Amino acid sequence: MLIEVVNVVILALLAVTALAAVRLNDLFAVTMMFGIYSLLATIMFVVLDAIDVAFTEAAVGVGISTVLMLGTIGLVGRRARKASHRPILPLIVVIITGAALVYGTLDMPRFTDPAAPVHQHLGPYFLNESPDQIGIPNVVTSILASYRGYDTLGELAVIFTAGIGVLGLLGLRRRKRPGHEGGAR
Amino acid sequence: MNDNPVLRIVAKIIIPMILLFALYVQFHGDYGPGGGFQAGVIFAAGFILYGLVFGTEALRSAVPPHILRIFIALGLVLYAGVGVATLLMEADFLAYNALSQDPVAGQHLGIFLVELGVGITVGAVMITVFLGFAGRNDP
Repeated sequence: MLIEVVNVVILALLAVTALAAVRLNDLFAVTMMFGIYSLLATIMFVVLDAIDVAFTEAAVGVGISTVLMLGTIGLVGRRARKASHRPILPLIVVIITGAALVYGTLDMPRFTDPAAPVHQHLGPYFLNESPDQIGIPNVVTSILASYRGYDTLGELAVIFTAGIGVLGLLGLRRRKRPGHEGGAR
Repeated sequence: MNDNPVLRIVAKIIIPMILLFALYVQFHGDYGPGGGFQAGVIFAAGFILYGLVFGTEALRSAVPPHILRIFIALGLVLYAGVGVATLLMEADFLAYNALSQDPVAGQHLGIFLVELGVGITVGAVMITVFLGFAGRNDP
């Protein structure tokens, strides 16, 4: 019972934060709202016992992406420009898409249902075999690094590509400034 | 923020703790929550805090961009290299059992190495992205 109350409160706060982020005009405040949103998502993951995911969300969502957005605000200024068109058509598209997604969830197994297919097939295999085959206590690590080693290699390649992309687009060289000594690198 | 003594001193105290915690998360990921990805991000967060407080110029001299570029590739090469090593030992790609006589010890070694690779690349990429964004509007 308590867990349901916690879930409803967190989900309600997520919705409020998202709406506030949409309504606000000050990009600095919007960035803070995104940080709060990520913190709430972190709590949600903790409630769901997904500690590793919560860890990642706290580090990336709250920490790194907030800093990056603040860095971007430093470049573009903190005031949002007024929208040049009326948001009716995008609103309709979003509502239809959202309704379709909600309709799609009706076929899904009930939340926390132990008889759901996802808990019947590979999950028990990993949980039962990991101590003997891999021998480390954290099953999440043994799945990520060993059972699904290919996937993690692919993810790392994605991060590598993102880094190369940023290097290619923004570069890391100091801008040449007239009259500045020691700028050669 | 360069002239704020409170920020500078607090940053100097907590940055080593952040880096130490990142190493803990990296090498303790087998036993508790965490692993290479989280450790890399936390490690980068320590450097980013340094860059925020002392300026991106200071961060650039602490971690020169040409070193960062090497580390970005090094992590991925380490990960894929483990796979190639298992191939050379006549096992499947990334089948860590071949790395040692004892399959479980091989798994331990393989997971340790690939998590290290993940941590190195993620940390270097995060610092690179920060420098790319924050370094553009230096006075």
